[in-house]
Amino acid sequence: MQTYEIKKDIHWVGAVDWTIRDFHGYSTYQGTSYNAFLMLDEKNVLFDTVKKPLKSDLIHRIRSIIDPEKIDYIVVNHVEMDHSGSLPEIVKLVKPEKIICSKMGHKNLLDHFHQPDWPYHVVNDGESISVGKRSITFLETRMLHWPDSMFSYIPEEKLLISSDAFGQHLGSSERFDDEVDQSFLMHEAAKYYANILTLYSPLVQKLLKRVAELGIEIDMIAPDHGIIWRKNPGLILEAYQRWSAQEGSEKAVVIYDTMWHSTEMMAKAVADGIESQGVSVKLIDLQVSHRSDAMTDVLDAKGVVLGCPTLNNGLLPRMAGFLMYMRGLRPTNKFGAAFGSYGWSGESVKLMNKAMEEMKFDIIHSGLRVKYVPTHDSLKECVELGKLMGKTIKDSFK
Amino acid sequence: MKYRCTICGYIYEPEAGDPGSGIAPGTPFEDLPDDWVCPVCGATKDQFEPADD
Repeated sequence: MQTYEIKKDIHWVGAVDWTIRDFHGYSTYQGTSYNAFLMLDEKNVLFDTVKKPLKSDLIHRIRSIIDPEKIDYIVVNHVEMDHSGSLPEIVKLVKPEKIICSKMGHKNLLDHFHQPDWPYHVVNDGESISVGKRSITFLETRMLHWPDSMFSYIPEEKLLISSDAFGQHLGSSERFDDEVDQSFLMHEAAKYYANILTLYSPLVQKLLKRVAELGIEIDMIAPDHGIIWRKNPGLILEAYQRWSAQEGSEKAVVIYDTMWHSTEMMAKAVADGIESQGVSVKLIDLQVSHRSDAMTDVLDAKGVVLGCPTLNNGLLPRMAGFLMYMRGLRPTNKFGAAFGSYGWSGESVKLMNKAMEEMKFDIIHSGLRVKYVPTHDSLKECVELGKLMGKTIKDSFK
Repeated sequence: MKYRCTICGYIYEPEAGDPGSGIAPGTPFEDLPDDWVCPVCGATKDQFEPADD
């Protein structure tokens, strides 16, 4: 099986998952990869494993380089099972001297695999281990995105093995950033950030600051999903700075569901109003759009306008589900508004406003409700709501 | 009063304390040392808010 030498004597030995299309609620149309790295030195080190069904890919790739029993240390940068799924089998095969992890990594490994007898070696934040010609410095990155998460930095190679950070769900035979289409790559990197890291944006800001203050030199970032940033690691660092600052852009999303097209007609009118102000707008019908794609568009939108009819005194399930999902990701610094067609009780606008208040959106309008099918005049009001949103967004960037 | 970690959602309950970090049960949040951190994610005291539910 193909292996890739990313730096001298450091090999990619992971697995590409060509068939995964749902990653616990995140649609992965491009599949993904689980990246694992083998570093050969006086001590041979394996960084992470792969999801269990792809275990044999990992083992074959390792065997094509060395006998797995010659691996001395296994570093567990992150315990989630897309990276640790093969760990029990690998530990049996390799019989490592040490399984290196953070303090929370140790706890989480015990709670996943229930193996108190493994040769755990807990490292503290900033601790360094020599493996021969090279050393590994471990940087704890708690809640990016799990309590056990950490980075492994190899100063002699200027290589940052960044676990889930800076990753993309992108399955490919290409391994490096310069080998794939750049706008495709940045879209997947943005979708990944939007759906996994938005709520940890304050921590991302802290991390970027810390990396800058530490003055560590990085010329390659190797995440555990997707391509490796070798030509332009600065590009993804700059993107993370921008996304974590959550400043948005001159863009709004109109996200809606509809029963008999009335709310949809209102949505189109709102979008038209936003467009008239020269602001980019994306109209997202939750019946055909996946929540994780909608969330990708929320990432760089300054305005969020939600539309939903009322069903049994509540929201339609797709909107309710999306709101729960979005609320968990804690987007901040947005303008919000809501609208919907209704038949008699019409609670939906109130419910959407409440959800947006809880997310601390700046709600710019009390909301528009229309009974059953909108008239031309009520659609004009929707256009005005859109114009207000567009103008508010434009003014905020002056 | 209970306190919630705004980073990871962990709830500090005074009746339970945080024995893993040497905090005895019955210790109110205000009495926790300044360098006490969230046992789940390491957030500092100032990143906690009252949990009113």
